[in-house]
Amino acid sequence: MTKAIETTDMKVIVFQLMNKEYAIGLDVVESIEKSLSITRVPRMPSYVKGVLNLRGVVTPVVDLRERFDMEQKQFDESSCIIIVSYADSEVGLIVDDANDVMDVPTSAIGPQPEVVGSVESEFISGVAKVGKRLLVMLNLEKVLQPIKKVNADEY
Amino acid sequence: MDINQYLDMFIEESKEHLQACNEQLLALESNPDDLAIVNEIFRAAHTLKGMSATMGYEDIADLTHKMENVLDAIRNSKIGVTTEILDVVFEAVDDLELMVLDIEAGGDGKKDVSKLVDTLNRIEAGQPLDLVEKPAATTEESAKEVITSGGLHYDEFELTVISQSSEQGFNALEVTVQLRDDCLLKVARVFMAFEILEKSGEVIKTVPTVEKLENEEFDQNFTIVLLTHEDAEELKAKVMKVSEIEDVHITYITDEYVQRYQRTEHEDSVDQQANPQAQNILPPKAEKGKVTPKEAGKAKKSSPSTSNKTIRVNIDRLDILMNLFEELVIDRGRLQSIASELHNPELNESVERMTRVSGDLQNIILNMRMVPVETVFNRFPKMVRQLARDLDKKINLEIIGAETELDRTVIDEIGDPLVHLIRNALDHGIESPEDRIAKGKPEEGTVTLRAYHSGNHVFIELEDDGAGVNRERVVGKAIEKGIVTEEAAATLSNKQVAELILASGFSTAASITDVSGRGVGLDVVKNTIESLGGHISIDSTEGKGSLFQVQLPLTLSIISVMLVELDQEIYAIPLSSIIETAIIQKSDILNAHNQPVVDFRGTIVPLVDLKEIFEMDNSTSENDDFQSIVIVRKGESLAGLVVDSFIGQQEIVLKSLGNYLQSVFAISGATILGNGQVALIVDCNALIK
Repeated sequence: MTKAIETTDMKVIVFQLMNKEYAIGLDVVESIEKSLSITRVPRMPSYVKGVLNLRGVVTPVVDLRERFDMEQKQFDESSCIIIVSYADSEVGLIVDDANDVMDVPTSAIGPQPEVVGSVESEFISGVAKVGKRLLVMLNLEKVLQPIKKVNADEY
Repeated sequence: MDINQYLDMFIEESKEHLQACNEQLLALESNPDDLAIVNEIFRAAHTLKGMSATMGYEDIADLTHKMENVLDAIRNSKIGVTTEILDVVFEAVDDLELMVLDIEAGGDGKKDVSKLVDTLNRIEAGQPLDLVEKPAATTEESAKEVITSGGLHYDEFELTVISQSSEQGFNALEVTVQLRDDCLLKVARVFMAFEILEKSGEVIKTVPTVEKLENEEFDQNFTIVLLTHEDAEELKAKVMKVSEIEDVHITYITDEYVQRYQRTEHEDSVDQQANPQAQNILPPKAEKGKVTPKEAGKAKKSSPSTSNKTIRVNIDRLDILMNLFEELVIDRGRLQSIASELHNPELNESVERMTRVSGDLQNIILNMRMVPVETVFNRFPKMVRQLARDLDKKINLEIIGAETELDRTVIDEIGDPLVHLIRNALDHGIESPEDRIAKGKPEEGTVTLRAYHSGNHVFIELEDDGAGVNRERVVGKAIEKGIVTEEAAATLSNKQVAELILASGFSTAASITDVSGRGVGLDVVKNTIESLGGHISIDSTEGKGSLFQVQLPLTLSIISVMLVELDQEIYAIPLSSIIETAIIQKSDILNAHNQPVVDFRGTIVPLVDLKEIFEMDNSTSENDDFQSIVIVRKGESLAGLVVDSFIGQQEIVLKSLGNYLQSVFAISGATILGNGQVALIVDCNALIK
């Protein structure tokens, strides 16, 4: 878990969702897991796939495709779970593929264009253009807003 | 000199001394003439003063010093004990507590205490001038008096030696050395004083013992009994040459003293034989021959703590040990499941053995984390006293079973809910003295706080002999607040009505008071207790009083569960809520207003289909004539949980679902099974209304 060494560069992990490239900072990523058995948690939004046992820690898993209201896809060989540690909680993110660690110069990150596909813009903190690639930077704070549900037996 | 390494110990010990002050002050209030109690407080305050001065916390030292002066005046019967004086002293102790807490939190322990110091001075100013001018001197003199006036305990052998040596022309001397309060190298000073004395004679006894002196386990003074030819004055001059020594006080042990001592000794011998160790640290009561039975009892109680060998262990280490053990429990489960698949007798045998051993280990580790509820209870007497005065009521708090032990994690959480309950009992439960007399009750209300073990639970009960729950007012309020409907209210039992006051947004007090009455207290209490896996119930008789009963699990982290299967998913139901499991015929399921119920041993029990609750596919239910149900309870009410099949009973480690999933309906947590899978734990409390 090395942090960006130079202030002008930011190390990110690049992953795919619906053939688009997204990125999150390397400093929040704990590990990348291939398939693990997930236990469903009832009465949760559909994008919460459940919880898994990550070396003794019960970790919730979110399917990013569903979180962004994209078309669903079965977990396949290239799919993987990126475990991020954010605001005292560890959460797994299911993505289509994670294949790249890149240095992104902070100067290359700009505000998002008006239209960025189907992803709700509140989940995006910016867009980075590196060479010919366009990376969508995720806003983890919004993506991982804690799920609070009022108990049904409140009386 | 680096004092940081002593900081933890300083904080711990300061807290103990302050607690001792609090307890003794309360005792003093109910028994103002007992000077032995004043001595106890004085000793605690004096030690605290010395410690804080050494550690460089001047404000604490200052305040304790002033407090000491007042106590000293009381002890010397110069001022009488009044509630006003005690209030000020209590306030001083409060401030000291705050300062110690500040130090613990990393602060510098500074606080503006000038006002209190002023008040203390004024209390003291009612005294002859010399006391005000030289308070320190008075303090020390009296401290010495305490020690030299017979605080020493001689055994028969020592007495023989003393009397024999005096026949041979030796003087037996009690040399009490008073170190300066700011003395840093106490051990070194002791050593130097020792060396001088040993050169001039034979040391036959020290108080405290040599080991304690070497470990610096003493206040500012120590006493050496010496057999010597030399003159007392000469010796004194020699010892005074050692730096950092405030004063040396020498008394002759005369033959008459020895004889008199032997007589009183004889009277007290039973007590002392039981506890020769404790004698050294007890205040000089034996000599006065006025040991009341109460004090003797106290002395015995306090002595085991000195004779039992204990070590202080950092809580963090215990937590780490517990975490490691939890890992072990998970692996144990895994081993068990592997062994049961392999059917290898030798493997089975060793796994069984391991299970037994780790079970024992589990008990020991859990016991190590047990703390007596006393640590929570001991702050209540003072709180009750203060509240009673604020509310202008007369209240007597009785505490029973303070030695009952609970897991530390539970202890940490239970304090605030209990404060709420006690405040509630004082404010709403106990009536004003006039009302009580009018009702023919004793003027003084009684609140009893009781703790005891029962099975795998600890019960904490708060009983008051106050007004009880007024059914009409509570029901009226509940209807007004929309908590129950009028029709439903009519059918409620008295107990159910009483428990309405735990509902959120409920407050029957006519006006909001400082103490309670914001209507947030009791439902917070209920939520906290339920989040601890506990349960609260109320029994109340109008006009006679109320009983709040809190049931708590012994420990939070490892629990026994029943594993059940629901559509190929495994869920865990805590054994503590399960009454029994049953397999019923489908034809026995009845319908009551669209609610499936079953007649279970004469009671109508509603059925809860877990698959429906957990949004599972229910269509595949096989055409079986039988249905497995788990009967669970929450307080008095029962429910039957419909499951696919039972798997078995297992000890599991409770894990949270993390911050991201903050509240999942009817799930209280998760655990990791032997095969590495996560299983969710069903929260039965959420399923029963």
